Amino acid sequence: MERQRSYIEDIDREIYDIKDEFTYSYKSDHGLSKDIILEISREKDEPKWMTDFRLRSLEIYNSMPIPTWGPDLTGLDMDDIRTYIKPDAEMEHSWDDVPGYIKDTFERLGLPQAERKSLAGMGAQYDSEVVYHNIRQELVEQGVVYMDIETALVEYEDIMREYFMKLIPPEDHKFAALHGAVWSGGSFVYVPEGTDVDIPLQSYFRLNAPGAGQFEHTLIIVEKGAKLHFIEGCSAPQYKVNNLHAGCVELFIKEDASLRYSTIENWSRNMYNLNSKRALVEKNGTIEWISGSFGSKVSMLYPMSILNGEGARSEFTGITFASTGQYLDTGAKVLHAAPHTTSTVNSKSISKNGGHAYYRGLIKVLPEAYGSKSTVDCESLILDNESVSDALPIIDLRNDDIDIGHEAKVGRISEEAIFYLMSRGIDEEEAKAMIVRGFVEPITKELPLEYAVELNNLINIELEGSIG
Amino acid sequence: MNKKLLNIEDLKVSIDEKEILKGIDLEIGKGEIHIIMGPNGSGKSTVAYTLMGHPEYQITDGEIEFEGEIVNDLRADERAKKGIFLSFQYPEEIPGVTVEEFLRTAKMAVSDERIGLMSFKRLLKEKMEQLDMDEEYASRYLNIGFSGGEKKKNEVLQMSILEPKLAILDETDSGLDVDAIRIVAEGIKEFKDESRSILVITHYNKLLDYLEPDYIHILLDGRIVKTGGMELAQEIEQRGYEDIRAEFSNTEVK
Repeated sequence: MERQRSYIEDIDREIYDIKDEFTYSYKSDHGLSKDIILEISREKDEPKWMTDFRLRSLEIYNSMPIPTWGPDLTGLDMDDIRTYIKPDAEMEHSWDDVPGYIKDTFERLGLPQAERKSLAGMGAQYDSEVVYHNIRQELVEQGVVYMDIETALVEYEDIMREYFMKLIPPEDHKFAALHGAVWSGGSFVYVPEGTDVDIPLQSYFRLNAPGAGQFEHTLIIVEKGAKLHFIEGCSAPQYKVNNLHAGCVELFIKEDASLRYSTIENWSRNMYNLNSKRALVEKNGTIEWISGSFGSKVSMLYPMSILNGEGARSEFTGITFASTGQYLDTGAKVLHAAPHTTSTVNSKSISKNGGHAYYRGLIKVLPEAYGSKSTVDCESLILDNESVSDALPIIDLRNDDIDIGHEAKVGRISEEAIFYLMSRGIDEEEAKAMIVRGFVEPITKELPLEYAVELNNLINIELEGSIG
Repeated sequence: MNKKLLNIEDLKVSIDEKEILKGIDLEIGKGEIHIIMGPNGSGKSTVAYTLMGHPEYQITDGEIEFEGEIVNDLRADERAKKGIFLSFQYPEEIPGVTVEEFLRTAKMAVSDERIGLMSFKRLLKEKMEQLDMDEEYASRYLNIGFSGGEKKKNEVLQMSILEPKLAILDETDSGLDVDAIRIVAEGIKEFKDESRSILVITHYNKLLDYLEPDYIHILLDGRIVKTGGMELAQEIEQRGYEDIRAEFSNTEVK
């Protein structure tokens, strides 16, 4: 039945592009200044330590250069970006209380439906603030916490102080510092010891305002022996001006715990997506990253796993699809910092119509991580002569007692394969789409169903009319 | 002669400006089995690919008429919809696409109608049983990890599902052991009826023992030099192609 996915009829991708009227209850001025930071903090009524943290981050931001490696970021001018846009809505626990036009947007994206059908909880952010958050009662009774991060800052201030931006400190890189200064929205999840959350939670981030930045923070703590699947989705309508997304995801996976973190990013092609994600995995814990990067103008995204306890594991499965005007620089980083740790990286990319897909990855094995194992497999498919694919898989080994495997392949759709499928009555467009869907199949089967459908639709739509 | 299905007249075909077929005439009636035999390099596979519409095979002269319509300029998928099928000598491997998904898509394309998942599963299961194929092949990726023989069986499976009017079998017997040849031959016989025709391209006559061909054509250097019945295959089995080649070059008008 799984296979049926490929026959799903096209959905209308235009739903992503429907813009709501730009209304808000508060918006910051363009650009970045101490006054703007203080305004945001005041709007949010934050404790002083957080205000100070923001200001310190701003200083770090100002002291750091723009990265010179990777995609060209010169088109991104912070003076043009509004870092904080508060929607004209309060945080609600029922969709009925969310303002109609915002609710309509999320309904077009299928979120309330997905929540009813297949999720244990959902958070929805609109521009800078979370407008909806809900979790099933039985999870609350088990002690699971899933809430917007602003509320967490009030209700779980101690935990926030202990964990917030400790894994990705503002000193890490310029956009981590930016995030520390202007972060807003996002989700907080706490899964108590031994709790198995067998239905996924999903947070969705929607950016509606032109020229805006979105800086949500996701903080997840999975305690000893607990289990969670968290899904993150994002989209935005297309604008002529640049938008910026610099979110931050910090995941703490304790002993014997496991977390699957799935992301489907479908930003519009005026978006700079400079996101940071990191997981700290303790003894025998597991992090699984499922990552789909389809949208944005420029992406720099390298989810990192720090395997900190003996026997910790990381599995990364990623698909990147770069088309016209897109430079998607994605990959995975793993730091093996304890003995007998295991990592696998399985990355696929497709580039077409002048798109540029770049795989950039790092596997680093420290001296103390003896007996560790790592396999990296990157494969890319280039659909035409205008498109580009690169791979830079760096492997840095500091001990001998390790087992490392690496494979990289770059290919094109074989004319013979197209002819073979066409000889069975399948037209050229569908033949190509079939081959591309087959190429990404190992990834789609890992995705949550509605995203697998979305990916296949995207492939169908992207390949439509691309036959010269 | 039965009602005409395929009529090829003076067909000349080049690949990269090099002429491979130098004027082929061939007429296949409905319900007939034809065999094209010839040594390596004689142009056998070119006949197959050209009939299926491979874009690299340039028709420089002549016509391919299928059910009264000139199909020279039709793409492979259009020809498939008209009822032409090619069993490939070297079937392509397509990762991530299952046999079932592929075949259902193809069946819907050639029949131009939607086929329910369950009714297709039943059809597939039945045809696979006939070919003595393990059911699990349906969910395997197309030709990935298939042995040579399994690939050939898979081609015959596709033929029996798609039910073309003309099936061209390009070296379908190569790579098959004796049992597999028998099963494949039975599959072909099962498929063939008064309205379906078969063109077998081979350089052995392994498969011929099981089929009852109406005509055997000998292809040499891009031309059909001799046409006959089963006795022609036996002659080649005994004497090889050299005698015919000698005979042909003697009679050839230089």
